[in-house]
Amino acid sequence: MTKASPRELLIAALARRIKGCRHVAVGNASPIPAAAALLARAQSNGAMIVYILGSRAHNPYGDGARELFDSAGQGRLDAFFLGGGEIDGQANVNLVTVGEHDRPQMRFPGSFGSAYLYFTVPKVILFREEHSRRVLVPRVSFVSAPGTSPPGVHRTGGPSALVTGRCIFSFDRARGRFALETIHPGQTALSVRAETGFDYDAPPQVSVTEAPGAGELRLIRGRISNEMAEAYPVFARREWPSHDAQAAGR
Amino acid sequence: MIERLDLDALVARIPDGARLAIPADYAGVAMEATRALLRRGARNLRLVTVPTSGLQADMLIGAGMVVEIETSGVTLNEHGLAPRFTAATKSGRLRIVDTTCPAVHAGLQAAEKGVPFMPLRGLLGTDVLAQRKDWRVTDNPFGERGDAIALLPAIKPDIALFHAARADRHGNVWIGRRRELAAMAHASAATLVTVEEIVEIDLMASDQTAAGVLPRLYVGAVTVANRGAWPLGFIDLYPADDRELARYAAAARTDRGFAEYLEGALRRAA
Repeated sequence: MTKASPRELLIAALARRIKGCRHVAVGNASPIPAAAALLARAQSNGAMIVYILGSRAHNPYGDGARELFDSAGQGRLDAFFLGGGEIDGQANVNLVTVGEHDRPQMRFPGSFGSAYLYFTVPKVILFREEHSRRVLVPRVSFVSAPGTSPPGVHRTGGPSALVTGRCIFSFDRARGRFALETIHPGQTALSVRAETGFDYDAPPQVSVTEAPGAGELRLIRGRISNEMAEAYPVFARREWPSHDAQAAGR
Repeated sequence: MIERLDLDALVARIPDGARLAIPADYAGVAMEATRALLRRGARNLRLVTVPTSGLQADMLIGAGMVVEIETSGVTLNEHGLAPRFTAATKSGRLRIVDTTCPAVHAGLQAAEKGVPFMPLRGLLGTDVLAQRKDWRVTDNPFGERGDAIALLPAIKPDIALFHAARADRHGNVWIGRRRELAAMAHASAATLVTVEEIVEIDLMASDQTAAGVLPRLYVGAVTVANRGAWPLGFIDLYPADDRELARYAAAARTDRGFAEYLEGALRRAA
């Protein structure tokens, strides 16, 4: 078996973070988190309930789109993946605009469910493959969802980690600050620092993100790649081209 | 018996200036009806996306038919940013009322119940809330002091427009698990539906079908539109036409490319 691709490494790393969760949801434009949720579910022997936005096969709800949010409001959703056009060092997320709101320099698609799910889901994992100063900024220009809230604000959830194409940060909610946890193969503590627009804590020696084992890789390239072909056909074709022939034969 | 109209007559029921509720790409988008609306040339539409949109909103915006959009997100998903939405935003031609998915569902729910507002958790400290002059924050009257909660006004669209698998001759529409379509219809003054087919049975006669039905009480008119969601996918009946969506995404990057795409799309469908 060939060694894990950078994206397969991310899929396995994200899957490890949601192990043991009963109910996991994946939002818009999130193929890597979707693959991770499917991998974690496959490893859970059917215990994990996974919702993938836009997928027909992975929709566990009977009451329409609001069931995701209503169940989260009750505390029934354990984990959620969230991306960001901009993410800052306090884990504030911007999915709307850079510059003035009414005449922006940049317009992202919109906040989706972030302004609510960031408050109500105990474990929100921020994920953005692009790790650059353009994305990881000192201060977001629009707060779709705040990383922390003052005391007195009803909040049962929030960010627990930020996973990027270069590294994994954990988030300390009490301090409102990221700490470097592991770096992916090929990165150094310095290269991560150079590409990050906000300050964060780092240990003197940082370890390397654990690569997927042979069993995980077999699952990803087998069952998961086939499941992904339904929800994210363009991504699946690009990431696992050898499965095209298989998929066509189905 | 339900009123059955041809597509042009159906979209003629959408007046200029209407507040028009449309579903997300996964819930049944009436694209064939949208092409008829584009052909007619609607003006000053105020879209409410439930809770997001993609190709449909992007085409209506690109054609200059939309003055305002209340949305949690507009995106072509795997095909990238919605190019006409993005361009209109930057030029300031389009009023964007940013919201968040559960706020749309909550606003519709208030309208369904005939109450003026719905409370929603989250939101506090966001710029989504800060931008919304029509939203309020109050103290939970049943809680201890200092439990702030946002109140969102009822969303009452003039028209809901969507695509469904089937309707019966009475106008009962089968929507399956896509209950947000029912919420849209309940909340809107009138509902227009395109369907893949009209069935001979009464969908309300058996619990097996009735559980997935939007009853005729809410349905204004129905039109048959075969493959009516194309090029978007539609439940288990057909997948998205990724080649066509990629073609759109590439063409719509420029004003001219969009105009050419639109001309072709409307001609072919005519």
